[in-house]
Amino acid sequence: MVKKFGSKLIDWIDERYNLTPVRNLLLHKKVPEHRHSVWYYMGGVTLFLFLVQLFTGILLLLYYRPGEDSAYESVRFIVTEVKFGWLIRNVHSWASSLLVFFAFVHMFSVFFSKAYKKPRELTWVTGFIILVFTLAFGFSGYLLPWNELAFFATKVGTDIVGVLPIIGEPLKILLRGGEDVTGATLSRFFGIHVAILPAIFTVFLVLHLLFIQQQGMHEPEHFKNLPEEKKKYIPFFPDFALKDLLLWVIVFNILIFLALYSPWELGNKAEAFASAPAGIKPEWYFMFMFQSLKLLPAHILFIEGELLGVLFFGVAGFVWMLVPYIKVKHRPNWKIQPLTLVGILVVLFIVIMTIVGYLL
Amino acid sequence: MGKRFHYFLLYTLSVSFLFGFILLEKENIKKDQNQKVDQCFVCHKEIDNLPKDFSENDVHKHANLSCSSCHGGDPNSDDQEISMSPSKGFIGIPKRKDIPKFCGKCHSNINIMRVYQPRIPTDQVEQYYTSVHGKKLLAGDTNVAECSSCHTAHSILPAKDPRSSVYALNVPNTCNKCHGNSSLMKNYKIPVNQLEEYSKSVHGIALLKNKDISAPACNDCHGNHGATPPGLKSISHVCGTCHVTNMEYFNATRMAKAFEEQDFHGCEQCHGNHGVQKPNDEMINVGKESKCIDCHADGDAGYIVSKKIYSSLIHLKNKYNEANAKYLEVRQKGMNDIEIGFQLQDAKQALILSRTLIHTFDTTKVGAKAKEGIDISNKASLLAQKEIDEYYTRRNGFAIATLAFLVFIIALYFKIKDKEKNKTTSNS
Repeated sequence: MVKKFGSKLIDWIDERYNLTPVRNLLLHKKVPEHRHSVWYYMGGVTLFLFLVQLFTGILLLLYYRPGEDSAYESVRFIVTEVKFGWLIRNVHSWASSLLVFFAFVHMFSVFFSKAYKKPRELTWVTGFIILVFTLAFGFSGYLLPWNELAFFATKVGTDIVGVLPIIGEPLKILLRGGEDVTGATLSRFFGIHVAILPAIFTVFLVLHLLFIQQQGMHEPEHFKNLPEEKKKYIPFFPDFALKDLLLWVIVFNILIFLALYSPWELGNKAEAFASAPAGIKPEWYFMFMFQSLKLLPAHILFIEGELLGVLFFGVAGFVWMLVPYIKVKHRPNWKIQPLTLVGILVVLFIVIMTIVGYLL
Repeated sequence: MGKRFHYFLLYTLSVSFLFGFILLEKENIKKDQNQKVDQCFVCHKEIDNLPKDFSENDVHKHANLSCSSCHGGDPNSDDQEISMSPSKGFIGIPKRKDIPKFCGKCHSNINIMRVYQPRIPTDQVEQYYTSVHGKKLLAGDTNVAECSSCHTAHSILPAKDPRSSVYALNVPNTCNKCHGNSSLMKNYKIPVNQLEEYSKSVHGIALLKNKDISAPACNDCHGNHGATPPGLKSISHVCGTCHVTNMEYFNATRMAKAFEEQDFHGCEQCHGNHGVQKPNDEMINVGKESKCIDCHADGDAGYIVSKKIYSSLIHLKNKYNEANAKYLEVRQKGMNDIEIGFQLQDAKQALILSRTLIHTFDTTKVGAKAKEGIDISNKASLLAQKEIDEYYTRRNGFAIATLAFLVFIIALYFKIKDKEKNKTTSNS
């Protein structure tokens, strides 16, 4: 009965809009199967977590009221009074962390399998831009509950922007909506979080997905070199999609487990004149940058240490985005190729600095 | 050009030197005017004959007063014959009986005192003579306390200075110097265990142990300069200066009158004096710790009243404790405790007010307030229970959801396996 209705509906749409390209894509898209196939699922999980964020974010928007006098109170109302409000808020907070985590895993898996190479340069570039916007989502969303920790973390975070030469100070004032972090900052971060970022993010996400559908899945070198008869593929639909779904369900279950057993503390309301609470730390995914800036000396040669650090991360990020266009000679004698070595060093740097940040 | 420059340099240097010298001299003259040499101090220090209790921090020394300001004489002369000559007004060491007037020379003169402290009272001596200490001194008893007994003679500090002998934290020990001396107190037939009792009291623990200077020391009940042993009226009045409502309630009862007739001491009769303890609900009961049964016997009206009041109080206390235990569980479980916290505050307030209302000895009033507290406690308990139930509902919900996910995951797994199997068979 349902099946019959479904096929009837598809026929109805097909008759009017011609679904052949979609049908072709679904039927003919295939995914290579090899020992590194597991990394193909990372992008899917990231996308799933983004959808969770979108859904829970919309629900939070029903009750959240931005403003110095209402933001904290409304979040408290959500987690205490609204039915399942606690679940939605905690899932939203946890999913943001998992989303960033899986985005990083996805990015490094693409990097190490060299999937960014021609013709997928733009997929990499759009992916990197999406990651930057994901971090911006995290940073802007962190302030919205208007609690002590968020308030001071935003203060420190926006202070870092201020060290940039010439544009630093105006950019800081633009972000804060004034000299200090105030209700104006909250309004602006809210606008950025729920309107500006989603709009730009969606454009790049759609491009990123279109590029992938257009070019199909990347085949690593060792797979490409196999004789045709030894190459194994599975159809994207329904085989790969089912496996994707399986992983999504597991991740979702973990997500609600975290939301229930490790809920995010709301803490005390932000108070501009209160002294900063002990142990202000940024979100874990900013920790490696924060810790690096902290460890830098006040001055390196004639430049301020912090400024040099910020510039370094800016340039490094930009270079990282342009990785597909960097030509490095293949060195047959090297066990690990130069770019792979750089990637390993970057991962080690991020992991070590994050751990150091939490230990110190 | 070179010569000219040398002349210019020489001229500038000489002028600067001259100006510098003039300024220095001016500064020295100014210093001399401010600090005239006090010959009393210089000589007595030289021959090592300063008073035993002399302190550089003494308030009078800080105000640039000379020894002669109190003891008379001429502080400008280094000749003993002149400086300590009676013709120069030298008094020397005053007799004990004269000390209040000796200090009062300045301390009772508002024109002198306002120069140093515009708002300082000047009735200390007058008040002193109304006290037992003052009266006895006038009568010729030189064993009693005069100004220097409490304030010291030469290391006097303002009462707000923690180093002062009359700073709140130090007052009990200062009084105890005499009042703890049994040979001294023997003549007056006064016990000497006041400090010991006080140290164990609710006031003493607050002041001496917890360093809470808002807690009463000896002088807060007995007065400072006008020290007088409290009589029936005054003691209840003294307690009432802090415990206002309790006193008001008590004074309006028939009991207050009866107490007066029997020459009972208001608050002290039940709560004690120096050793006053934190009140306990059992005090209003009819058991071992009861204060009521000191006067009331089984079956009389007072006995019944105390039983009823106790029952109301205990009922409220139990309900409050029950709600509080649940509240703590809610907090420990990380559930919403905001509203319960507010309600418990109200319940606690009702409990405190009920305990205060004991002093009306009116069962209806205590009962009504206790009922108010019981109702609030019950509401808080219900709310807390709801949160505790919600805590378990969430966990059960998660377990059911996980089970459903698990079934779905297993089904998906088999579906995938099934597909893979079909594919291999169709390939082969």
